[in-house]
Amino acid sequence: MNDLSVANTATRKAFDVHAIRRDFPILSQQVNGKPLVYLDNGASAQKPTAVLDAMDRYYREMHSNVHRGAHTLGDRATTAFEGARETVRSFLNAPSTQEIIWTRGTTEAINLVANGLAPRLNAGDEILVSCMEHHANIVPWQMIAERTGAKVVPIQVTPEGELDLDSFNSLLNDRTRVLAITHVSNVLGTINPVVNMVKQAKARGIITLLDGAQAVPHFQPDVQALGCDFYVFSAHKLFGPTGIGVLYGKAALLEEMPPYQGGGEMIERVSFAGTTWNTLPYKFEAGTPAIAEAVGLGAAIDYVSRLDRKAMEAAENALLERANRLIETVPGMSVIGTAKLKVPVMSFKIEGLHPSDIGTLLDQQGIAIRTGHHCAMPLMDFYGVPGTARASFAFYNTLDEVDQLFTALQKIQRLFA
Amino acid sequence: MPATEQDFLNNPLGKNPTIEDVLDGFEFLDDWEERYAFIIDLGKQLPAFPDDARIEENYVHGCQSQVWLISHYDEASGKLYLLIDSDAIIVRGLAAMILVALNDKSPRDLLATDIDELFERLDLFRHISPTRGNGLRAMIGKIRDIASTQAA
Repeated sequence: MNDLSVANTATRKAFDVHAIRRDFPILSQQVNGKPLVYLDNGASAQKPTAVLDAMDRYYREMHSNVHRGAHTLGDRATTAFEGARETVRSFLNAPSTQEIIWTRGTTEAINLVANGLAPRLNAGDEILVSCMEHHANIVPWQMIAERTGAKVVPIQVTPEGELDLDSFNSLLNDRTRVLAITHVSNVLGTINPVVNMVKQAKARGIITLLDGAQAVPHFQPDVQALGCDFYVFSAHKLFGPTGIGVLYGKAALLEEMPPYQGGGEMIERVSFAGTTWNTLPYKFEAGTPAIAEAVGLGAAIDYVSRLDRKAMEAAENALLERANRLIETVPGMSVIGTAKLKVPVMSFKIEGLHPSDIGTLLDQQGIAIRTGHHCAMPLMDFYGVPGTARASFAFYNTLDEVDQLFTALQKIQRLFA
Repeated sequence: MPATEQDFLNNPLGKNPTIEDVLDGFEFLDDWEERYAFIIDLGKQLPAFPDDARIEENYVHGCQSQVWLISHYDEASGKLYLLIDSDAIIVRGLAAMILVALNDKSPRDLLATDIDELFERLDLFRHISPTRGNGLRAMIGKIRDIASTQAA
């Protein structure tokens, strides 16, 4: 065996989409008599066997409560659980595992931060979000604004679906306390220029939060390079289990923030004279955590990290390019969100059809997409649509599946014509 | 244009076609394209919905598409007449299917109609099952409420 053949095998192993699909057992099934084409990854991604096995093995061999330290199973569970935290730390390139807090998901992480920052907010202070945010990055801030008298101010979006940086610049002012924006839009697929925006905000002492829910399935964020104070994401969009997510936060801010929930685990000492908090990250982890889910998330990150990232991104871009080229084959179809930098997400409409018509008839053909407002009603209002149809791809999707989507859309278009 | 009594009485669904007509026609179709073409065509037979009736009171809260529903009880015949609209074409068609089963009936006959069983038979039940947030389930509930009030 020469060096070249080793390299070739390694590359093939690293990115052979058909081999990868075999790692995802759910994908090889029929829906409505047709092979399943799963293009709803933006809502939730499927899980590789490695994740299922890790969670199964955890329950079969090591389950016990964590951090109680009285017996062998407890040690095993704690080792697996804290090992997963280290995996997440390394994935985000965070300086310390103290800064990795388990949450139920992105939504809970943002609620935790919003509550934690409430003591810093006064009447008239401003929280800057954007018009392309998921409701999870709008509503928690509105609730805190209600409590504190602060205001939630949206950065405008351009017709192409990019953040309007003029709007951003004009909105930054002496009352801006928080900048909370999405790294990648769930509806449009736009990758936002967050590095520069965070830099500008930091120069003014503004606290920054990035919603990474739609970013992490497609690329690996480096929180130190991004420079943000908080970064949040959910495991289930990153090929891991539901019910667990991550809050990365800078230690100094996490130390300052009050606990989010009270209970076991988050305390150092409890008495009726007064209770003191546990150290980070446990201060924010009241109650028995989602241990198997943490282990599953660790396995998901390990799985994705073993793939050739560059090849994976190239394959995803190829899916989006193919989809873009095929738009004109469906009369009346137009895409919402044509930013220059995008992950493989395509929101679209077809003249004369409601998104739900499209979704229903794609389902008949075994194709799963999302239709509706995508929890982003302000963005739907901006585009003047009741909702969109959204095909969101993952690295396990094939070019053939993109073709099937468009063949199916052509059929639907003919049916309604 | 406001709805007149005549608009309601002119709604042919239930009389033409009847549910037997639909069952006869629909059960013949075996591929999904023919089935949905049938549903879409049925939706086209819904009479125009009066614009001024598109108010909150007549809005059926679903998840995605907008659904509107108004009713008229005809004292002379003792029957309940319904008009429906939706901005989604498939939902319009399915709503028309529901009207074929429920329109132009006395409230008691309407309440005695097992719409779930009918949709099971048509292999369309998943469209009105509680897991689908398309407003059709809520629409059926609203129609039955109207009939119950009238029958009481």
